[in-house]
Amino acid sequence: MQPLIITIKTAAVATVITFFIGIALAYFVCKLKRGKSIADAIIMLPMVLPPTVVGFFLLLIFGKRSAFGQFLLQFDISFVFTWKAAVIAAVVVSLPLMYRTTRGAFELIDPNIINAAKTLGISDWRIFWHILIPNAKSGILAGVVLSFTRAMGEFGATIMFAGNVPNQTQTLSTAIYAAVQANDFDLATKWATLLAALSLIFIAAINYRLASNR
Amino acid sequence: MDLRVSIKKKLRDFTLEVAFRVRDEVFALFGASGCGKSITLKCIAGIETPDCGSITLNGRTLYDSDKNINLPPQARRVGYLFQNYALFPNMTVAQNITFAATGDKLSKLKQNIERFQLHGLENAYPNQLSGGQCQRVALARVLASHAEFLLLDEPFSALDSYLKWQLELELVQILKHYGGAILVTHDRGEVFRLSDKVAVLHDGLISTVDSTQELFLNPKTLQAAILTGCKVSRLRKIADNQFLAVDWDTILTAPPDSKFVAIRAPLPSRQLFDDQLFFLRD
Repeated sequence: MQPLIITIKTAAVATVITFFIGIALAYFVCKLKRGKSIADAIIMLPMVLPPTVVGFFLLLIFGKRSAFGQFLLQFDISFVFTWKAAVIAAVVVSLPLMYRTTRGAFELIDPNIINAAKTLGISDWRIFWHILIPNAKSGILAGVVLSFTRAMGEFGATIMFAGNVPNQTQTLSTAIYAAVQANDFDLATKWATLLAALSLIFIAAINYRLASNR
Repeated sequence: MDLRVSIKKKLRDFTLEVAFRVRDEVFALFGASGCGKSITLKCIAGIETPDCGSITLNGRTLYDSDKNINLPPQARRVGYLFQNYALFPNMTVAQNITFAATGDKLSKLKQNIERFQLHGLENAYPNQLSGGQCQRVALARVLASHAEFLLLDEPFSALDSYLKWQLELELVQILKHYGGAILVTHDRGEVFRLSDKVAVLHDGLISTVDSTQELFLNPKTLQAAILTGCKVSRLRKIADNQFLAVDWDTILTAPPDSKFVAIRAPLPSRQLFDDQLFFLRD
């Protein structure tokens, strides 16, 4: 059961990180007056790139040969081929989904509602917490679901950056790959069915919740 | 109450350039849609920023391009009633009113629920309210806040005519006690019934500022005549004081520099009486 536990743990931690960074990025990109499309393109890039390319870039950035990797080594930190690397890979590939759905939800809010709040003297901080977030709730929830399922199914970037170390970085998707490589189709079927069922249950549960909200 | 506005802002089709002063009165910005009325209100509220100029309210500078002052909307204490009311959809009526209330929130809530006859709706959400109720809540929300001045952006355009009439009467009562307000509208009936003073706005420029009485009794510009509902004809000079009203096919005696003639009548008839006619120079 190790791959299942690692998968859920990785996806859960990654989703928590993605949740905060994604909402913050959505808020700041919405507020940008210039350079909106450039900022958007940079954040969205991991979604359009092949995951292996994302993983390769992560390897370059965090690897021992880069300046950043060297800097981290001074503090005895190394991410490559560790469980943390799997989390980082999952965050990077799921962030665009969280960011985009949240930004879409923010932009659906009538700007006059925000303007009304401002003219009534309400601070940007209170507007964010009491008006923006509650009115974008469904979008944010949808973003969480998409990010979590994307993180759970992440393969390419994970195998490049975190490797496929059994009991350490081997997630369900990399375990399936390894099982097929080893010609163990029974095991692959078992993991694949489990992953599909989990994703299905998760999306269905959230859909049900969203439907009962309306 | 004293609001002074003198601003300039380049827009896509024209440059907005307005200057006016509002005392304890209802001041109407009157013009066709797209003439720059709403942008002017947004500049006063701080939602839009003019290119240059100054705005002061009761001696407080809200905006001054020379002194580099541009207060955020939160600090301007200007109440803005939006065309679509812009209630907070995630809050109940009571929460909408108290969210921005200053001082004793509960007594302000009670007082405004009373004043706007919102009894029993305290726990309703905006999507459960009718248009008229939404407007009352929006007004209650503004009056419970720290606003010193009211900006009304086409306050009746989203209502049907019966409701509109009732709410207009209510608004007249409120405005009487409130002090100053700016009313933006394209409806001459609203201007006539609600405002004390009118600025006629056309393509970003104010063509006339007049008392409401004077504007309707004696329009001085072509735009004022058209907007207040006059029929208008161009004039062609025949002799010194003799003109042909081209669109009516009638000969008239008019001041030598007249360019247009206007009449407040359903249709210009063959017999025109001088005292009904307005001769306009521009």
